[in-house]
Amino acid sequence: MSMKATVRQVNSVTVVDMSGRVTLGEGCTQLRELIREQLGKGNKHLLLNLADVTYIDSSGIGELVSGFTTVSNQGGQLKLLNLTKKVHDLLQITKLYTVFDVHEDEAKAISSFEKSAKA
Amino acid sequence: MAADASVVEVVLESDLKNVEVAEEVTRRVSSTAGFDEDDQHKIDMAVHESVINAIWHGNKNDPSKHVWLRFEIFRDRLEIHIRDQGNGYDPSHLPDPLLAENLLNVSGRGIFLIRTFMDEFRVESRAGQGTEVVLVKRLHTDNSAPSRREGP
Repeated sequence: MSMKATVRQVNSVTVVDMSGRVTLGEGCTQLRELIREQLGKGNKHLLLNLADVTYIDSSGIGELVSGFTTVSNQGGQLKLLNLTKKVHDLLQITKLYTVFDVHEDEAKAISSFEKSAKA
Repeated sequence: MAADASVVEVVLESDLKNVEVAEEVTRRVSSTAGFDEDDQHKIDMAVHESVINAIWHGNKNDPSKHVWLRFEIFRDRLEIHIRDQGNGYDPSHLPDPLLAENLLNVSGRGIFLIRTFMDEFRVESRAGQGTEVVLVKRLHTDNSAPSRREGP
């Protein structure tokens, strides 16, 4: 099963509901293109909902890092929502948990963008 | 050799679609060997990363080249041999992905994850004979598990 992603807009935040596998090949390519497409539309507040991501590998983690850097370099923010235990553990092991702004509650995640935009 | 081991062997064409085949076989073998779900996932990820390295870096995604997987199930451990037809690499020369200067690197975490998830990781590269990585996961039975102090 490859990755699927649906995009919805909540206030100024683009929420991406991802599911399936984020692995080398199709999954990583899809994620890269999706982030590029959203930035192209001027959507610089991205919240990736990983609740239904069943598998992520080292390349998938690399793609999240790449997305984080790309969005930050354009003055935007990329945050993560609803990590599964496996993804959470991988981010802890790789010391990336503190790099990403990770949320468990969508409403709070959305408002965190607005707070930082006002700051 | 693995005289006292049960052996499962699989040959894959170098196509990333076959990574999921390798994962499926790995899950069945590690379950049969008696590993719990957590360890099954760790073994699965280590094989996933190793097979991707073999297909992508070793065989350069060339479908005419193959990846060989050999699972040896011992009473106390699972040994997995993964061999490609590439030129090999020296894992001691890979940058540490946990260093601050490498933390935002896009790549370089695969071998680190394999080392983290398995008890042993060896790379054997021979000129003209490809690369073989050996992954070992020990089975923690009641006899081998560290004793826990319970009670008052």
